[in-house]
Amino acid sequence: MTQSAISIQNVSKQFGDTIVLRDINLEVPRGQVSCLIGPSGSGKSTLLRCMAGLEHADAGTITIEGAPLGFVEGPDGRRRQSAAELRRARSRIGMVFQQFNLWPHMTALGNVSAALRRVRRMPRKEAEDKAMAQLEKVDLAARAHHYPSQLSGGQQQRVAIARALALDPTIMLFDEPTSALDPELTGEVLNVMRALADEGMTMVVVTHEIGFAASVGNKVCFLDHGRLLFHDTPDKVFAAPRNPRLEQFLDTYLDRGAFLVQ
Amino acid sequence: MTWSLFQLLLQASLMTIFVSAISICAGLAIAVVLSALRMSGNRLAYAGAGLFISFFRGVPLLVQLLLIFNLLPVIGITLPSLATAIIGLSLCTAAYQAENLRGGFEGVPIGLIESAEMAGFSRMQAFVYIRTPIALRLTFPALVNEAILILKSSSLVSVVGLVELTKMAQNLSASTYQPLPIFASAGLIYLVINLIVALAARRAEAALPGLPAK
Repeated sequence: MTQSAISIQNVSKQFGDTIVLRDINLEVPRGQVSCLIGPSGSGKSTLLRCMAGLEHADAGTITIEGAPLGFVEGPDGRRRQSAAELRRARSRIGMVFQQFNLWPHMTALGNVSAALRRVRRMPRKEAEDKAMAQLEKVDLAARAHHYPSQLSGGQQQRVAIARALALDPTIMLFDEPTSALDPELTGEVLNVMRALADEGMTMVVVTHEIGFAASVGNKVCFLDHGRLLFHDTPDKVFAAPRNPRLEQFLDTYLDRGAFLVQ
Repeated sequence: MTWSLFQLLLQASLMTIFVSAISICAGLAIAVVLSALRMSGNRLAYAGAGLFISFFRGVPLLVQLLLIFNLLPVIGITLPSLATAIIGLSLCTAAYQAENLRGGFEGVPIGLIESAEMAGFSRMQAFVYIRTPIALRLTFPALVNEAILILKSSSLVSVVGLVELTKMAQNLSASTYQPLPIFASAGLIYLVINLIVALAARRAEAALPGLPAK
């Protein structure tokens, strides 16, 4: 049996009175790109943050490579994982944020090598060599000694991707990685992500880039009001959308596209 | 006012600079610990740090110095006046710096902590390597302000018997009967020291690498 990279079973979550996720079931297959799309407030970012262990589901289970994330089942029912257990459970997950979240007091090289040195306890030289190799991969070796404030948004996001990759994750989560970027800078980030997908990285991408979802995604998941309404291959989702909400959602994108062309 | 008197004042100002510099650094270290205690989520630690800050901000420094000077011998500790002065100034400035730092720590965007978490940092590691350096940068101007205040407040440590710039000026004016030129010279020396501190701080601030984007 091929085990899923991430398995989500009956996950629900609410913030106060607002239900953000309703009984989500989803398998994220290894080596594939799964894109989460949906209108704002549909719960796609919250679902991704649950996969990262940054949010705790109120009900349901999430397993990463077969191991539970966020909770452990004990004789007295389930309890939250301790900070150390959570760190271990998500040690194979890399995450890229909408706002990049680079540490402003470190250079690009410092950002990529920090966890190697402080968490993995690598000697400085070794950590920086490895970090440099990752920066080369995102074509930013020449900017290694620049601080985030000296880099463009697209460059910052590529550094953030390098920072996540430096820890050798088997799964990469992207939370709207291009939403904070000027339109002309999204391409460079999407290209890096495309190359990563070609290498066979397991990826979950929350995105508004329908084009990316259609061309790179192996699976497209459509969320609306906290429900996973639809998930299938992109050609099935986009070519003949069978769901009225999905159709409506895609229409707004097409409308927006049409407006841009004019 | 002769050159030799001025030289004595200059020598005494070295003591002022020494006591202030040590107190500012020690105070900053204590302030970071106080901040950590307040953010630890432990109620007792939170209350203890709060009490410390309230006391040292609420009681005049002069009274604090006299308290420490008179209290320590009672509990069997006799320290040289230099140590007493440094302890008094450090504890006082720590309370103010902790308040300044609080704003800095609160100004560190949560996303930067989350990215540290995802990179495997423990809470403590994130505090040491991510939160504190960013908070220090955010509060740098306020910390410089506090440093200048401490340089001036150090004139109070003469009450515990330490001969620094102000005490030296008092001694000299008593022996020469020339208070005006002597205190004018002392004031000038304080002014020059603080101008240098302010200038150096401005240079340093410009050289500090980027702050978090708003």
